[in-house]
Amino acid sequence: MEKRAVFRSSWLPLALVTPQLIITFVFFVWPASQALYQSVLLEDPFGLKSQFVWFDNFTALFRNRDYLESFNRTAVFSLLVAGFAMGLALLLAVMADRIIKGATGYKTMLVWPYAVAPAVAGALWVFMFNPRIGIVAYVMHSIGYDWNHQIRGQDAFALITIAAVWKQISYNFVFFLAGLQAIPRSLIEAAAIDGAGPAKRFWTIVFPLLSPTTFFLLVVNIVYAFFDTFGIVHATTSGGPAKATEILVYKVFNDGFIGLDLGASAAQSVILMFIVIVLTVVQFRYIERKVSY
Amino acid sequence: MASVVLDNVKKVYPGGVEAVKGISLNVPNGSFTVLLGPSGCGKSTLLRMIAGLETITSGTCRIADRVVNEVEPAERDIAMVFQNYALYPHMSVYDNMAYGLRNRGTPKPEIERRVREAAKMLAIEDFLERRPRALSGGQRQRVAMGRAIVREPQAFLFDEPLSNLDAKLRVQMRIEIRRLHNRLKATSIFVTHDQVEAMTLADVVVVMNQGRIEQVGKPTEVYNRPATRFVATFIGSPAMNLAPGRVIGRGKVEIPGSGTLDFDPDTFEVAEGTAVEVGIRPEDMTVATPDENTGFVIKPEFVEELGPNRLVHGTAGGEPLVLSVASSMPDLGTRALGLRVPANRVHVFDTTTGRALRRG
Ligand SMILES: Nc1ncnc2c1ncn2[C@@H]1O[C@H](COP(=O)(O)OP(=O)(O)OP(=O)(O)O)[C@@H](O)[C@H]1O
Ligand SMILES: [Mg+2]
Repeated sequence: MEKRAVFRSSWLPLALVTPQLIITFVFFVWPASQALYQSVLLEDPFGLKSQFVWFDNFTALFRNRDYLESFNRTAVFSLLVAGFAMGLALLLAVMADRIIKGATGYKTMLVWPYAVAPAVAGALWVFMFNPRIGIVAYVMHSIGYDWNHQIRGQDAFALITIAAVWKQISYNFVFFLAGLQAIPRSLIEAAAIDGAGPAKRFWTIVFPLLSPTTFFLLVVNIVYAFFDTFGIVHATTSGGPAKATEILVYKVFNDGFIGLDLGASAAQSVILMFIVIVLTVVQFRYIERKVSY
Repeated sequence: MASVVLDNVKKVYPGGVEAVKGISLNVPNGSFTVLLGPSGCGKSTLLRMIAGLETITSGTCRIADRVVNEVEPAERDIAMVFQNYALYPHMSVYDNMAYGLRNRGTPKPEIERRVREAAKMLAIEDFLERRPRALSGGQRQRVAMGRAIVREPQAFLFDEPLSNLDAKLRVQMRIEIRRLHNRLKATSIFVTHDQVEAMTLADVVVVMNQGRIEQVGKPTEVYNRPATRFVATFIGSPAMNLAPGRVIGRGKVEIPGSGTLDFDPDTFEVAEGTAVEVGIRPEDMTVATPDENTGFVIKPEFVEELGPNRLVHGTAGGEPLVLSVASSMPDLGTRALGLRVPANRVHVFDTTTGRALRRG
């Protein structure tokens, strides 16, 4: 079914879409084209003159070990975040789908973290994991692990992963719960009569039927880990120690705004832009075809 | 195959709804039993308790002489056909049918054999590779049946499996289900609120109302000898006429304003003067010739033409009364009509309990 409004004249519809178009242009098209433009320029340190250098900025990037490491780190980070955030959210959603008493309160509480701004979330985790005064760090010390994310890179990496996962669970939870509730009860009952135990029912009926949701969330989570985790990194580790938590978005910021290497930074954002475009295309393509029933 | 025996089974849902209020029922091995009743009377609840999808609050359920109250659905060895078919949308028709067998570790060649055989029986061989989404309602229905058949269970449970089909297909599937039953001779319990379905399919009809059984009997029994006023009015279309009356002697009842009727009292003694409700089916009355004195008269008010027959609406004892006559009858006009009603077609009900005042 299609819902269509028909306008007689053309100025009204134009007037109605103009604000949207202006926003898109000012906040997306303009900066994106600036980034594209900057990425093929080499600017002197004082920003006085710039020179057209073709794709030199890009080739330089792919020869730069720092950048490749950051790329790797980001890939690992996004897979970890997507995996844990989705796995835990699914587990929680399955449990929430079962309980009858107090379900509303439970669900509401699980959704709260989503309302917390990334920087605030980061600050919270920094306090809890602070090697000297943090409660979590204290617990870890008492079980014999010398937690210190200010010195040890792997601890810092774990910290941003935990913070990023914690924040994304709510979002995934809402989608998984909706997906679970959309599965007709009678299917589960039919499977129970067909001799499938709870675990088998989950893996052969529920999980396959959730796959459109799962796939959608996978893309959303990867995009989240790539881009929306800036605030968390900035508030907790600022990319350190020794770049151990410098993921791609953070590197764009670091190189561009701190290091003032505008060409390299712009080239990095163009690559990120390209990644997000690919992910979006894959998303739309797949959701429309493969995973629907 | 096995029998299903219920003994004083009750169901109270959390929240206090008493859906089934003590039902005892014996479904013998190989019988086709239909649970019939209006919406909300607890038919599905009862069936789901037999399937193990709802817990039994009290009473016992036996399948093949084994108490199954605490047995998981999977271990009850029953198959169920759902109203919405509940086919697994992400599996092919073949996999849908094979799923239950695979879960039970049936060897592959045996699965293949059974699925092919059932598919042939149901004429769905051509769709085995398709997803349920790519099937019509009738074909999905067959797949749902096939999924039940391949399991070769102790008993089949059907919860209104035909109600999502259009009228024509419903008649066709009804006949097919009956044919299948004649062939497989499997114990079947079939839930419906459609009396025609019940009458045509059943060996035994169980009429339910508000969580209780009103009557258990062959289709002809519940039609000819309804045990209660509820059964009498629920079965038959157009519904049985009810008029207030008074017993004026053994096997004789008076309907004020319309005259008297003879009824067959069997061995039942009803005191003279007892107020009763008199039930007569529209199709059980015949119009007497004008000079014949039958003692029972109605005044026609208007007529509905239905094609093969004609419904004449009038009143008896202040209550509306419908008479069904063949369309070939000449127009009866609006003169008072003398009616002939055979004594064994007059039903007399207790005004308070609603029970039929006769035995048999
Ligand atoms: N899960 C439940 N919780 C509480 N009450 C329920 C539940 N399921 C059914 N009921 C109630 O139990 C009664 C019987 O329901 P049931 O589904 O058995 O009726 P039914 O005879 O199958 O009706 P229909 O022909 O409409 O399917 C109804 O009053 C219904 O509201
Ligand atoms: Mg029902």
